[in-house]
Amino acid sequence: MTAILSVQNLTKTYAGGHQALKSVNLDIRRGEIFALLGPNGAGKTTLIGIACGLVTPSGGSVTVDGHDVVRDFRAARATLGLVPQELTTDAFETVWATVNFSRGLFGCRPDPALLERVLRSLSLWEKKDSKIATLSGGMKRRVLIAKALSHEPRVLFLDEPSAGVDVELRRDMWNVVRGLRDKGVTIILTTHYIEEAEEMADRIGIISRGELIVVEEKATLMQKLGRKQLTLHLQDALTAVPAALAEYGLTLSADGMTLVYAFENEGGRARITALLRQLSETGITFRDLETSQSSLEEIFVSLVRGAA
Amino acid sequence: MNWHAVKAIYYFEMARTFRTIVQSIGAPVLTTSLYFVVFGSAIGSRMTQIGGVPYGAFIVPGLIMLSILTESVGNGSFGIYMPKWAGTIYELLSAPVSTPEILLGYVGAAASKSMMVGLIILATSTIFVPLHIQHPLGMIAFLLMTSVSFSLFGFMLGIWADSWEKLQVVPLLVVTPLTFLGGSFYSIDMLPPMWRTLTLFNPVVYLISGFRWSFYGLSDVGIGASLGFIAVFLTLCLAIVSWMLRTGWRLKN
Repeated sequence: MTAILSVQNLTKTYAGGHQALKSVNLDIRRGEIFALLGPNGAGKTTLIGIACGLVTPSGGSVTVDGHDVVRDFRAARATLGLVPQELTTDAFETVWATVNFSRGLFGCRPDPALLERVLRSLSLWEKKDSKIATLSGGMKRRVLIAKALSHEPRVLFLDEPSAGVDVELRRDMWNVVRGLRDKGVTIILTTHYIEEAEEMADRIGIISRGELIVVEEKATLMQKLGRKQLTLHLQDALTAVPAALAEYGLTLSADGMTLVYAFENEGGRARITALLRQLSETGITFRDLETSQSSLEEIFVSLVRGAA
Repeated sequence: MNWHAVKAIYYFEMARTFRTIVQSIGAPVLTTSLYFVVFGSAIGSRMTQIGGVPYGAFIVPGLIMLSILTESVGNGSFGIYMPKWAGTIYELLSAPVSTPEILLGYVGAAASKSMMVGLIILATSTIFVPLHIQHPLGMIAFLLMTSVSFSLFGFMLGIWADSWEKLQVVPLLVVTPLTFLGGSFYSIDMLPPMWRTLTLFNPVVYLISGFRWSFYGLSDVGIGASLGFIAVFLTLCLAIVSWMLRTGWRLKN
């Protein structure tokens, strides 16, 4: 699959000397949902800001569909939509006026039918004549999404779209995002809700202190970096892990009733059979067993801690 | 050219004017009418004619220029400062718009508004004094050039300002005094020689003088000097604003 957005050796050092991005390289594939995860201040918003023209890069380049975002900004920006993190709206405008303004600003001729569809998809149609100042925070967030979609972008940036929104809006929003992906729109999102990235994203990038630590298919990432563990609930309590089983690094619970075998996905799985056979040979019986896999959140935390 | 964007910005800005019509248009008209009542009728009746023009009529071009300058700077600066302050500037910065398009939209709307106010004041003045415009085309040209260049100057202030106080400081402490001392209410020939020379360093003198020439054929300084001043001022503002937008000074991180 070809890259629709390509980031090459991107660096950004702010006037105060803070280095927000350190030579970041990243290719976003056409039509994917890419989740950019990272702690606060990691450089996520700076990266999005440079792609959209809000931040001037110190070095490197970003191209959208082959158009450099600085030199060929007109072609590049026409394809981009941005939903910013902050609820920044024109308080005294109506919803309808503001989405029309956004469409015009991006060089598109008026299309009331399209804007009606966008507003309806975000449950905003009934509010189209309301002044934005009178709307709730969640509704304002919907207005920002509607503005970003008003010019039918091919790449949509969602910067912390779920921050402070209720369950209903989050569900609506992800339905809209799925619908956009089905139409071929590429979506790049940053989020603090890692379970959302786990649920929505095709690929995941983890950024920490201005560096991309990892970029991976979500499934691969979880398979490669996730830890699994096998928990055995024993029939009879043990006082210690038998010496014959030392090579597995098992941990025994305080009451002696549970044995836990933690393993990396790749090699560890093959050893389960051997472990179970050895348990049987040693005369240890168990009444139940379960396996669990670490969540994306656990992977994220361990990666970011490792980078720090 | 992204004409859709120019139109979107222009209409967006003009919509605000009509939404706040009392403040945008009513207030300057009322203020200027009061000037006519106080200076034109009450004091003017005790003044002699200036260059053969009754005092009440003499101050009309100066009063219009006073409003045009104040309005242009105010509209131009508010138009860009407001989105900067509210954070909605992100949309403009991320849109496929170039410097000429941004300026046509914002400065075009600011200049339109101040020209509207200027023309309404001109119409209002006919209630108080008999008016004769010798060079109507010259009058329109001066009105247009002044509105555009000072709206551009205001736009520059709006980008520079990072607080509401700074937004007010230049119009209040620089533009208004220069306008009052720029011959709105008198001919600079009436001043003692030293003050007359000093006044020639006030750029507003050239604007008011040129504008008054278009009404009565009277001018404190040559019409060429007036036109030259506006041209230089316009070019200077254009160069600075273009640099600001190109580099994103005080707009981008």
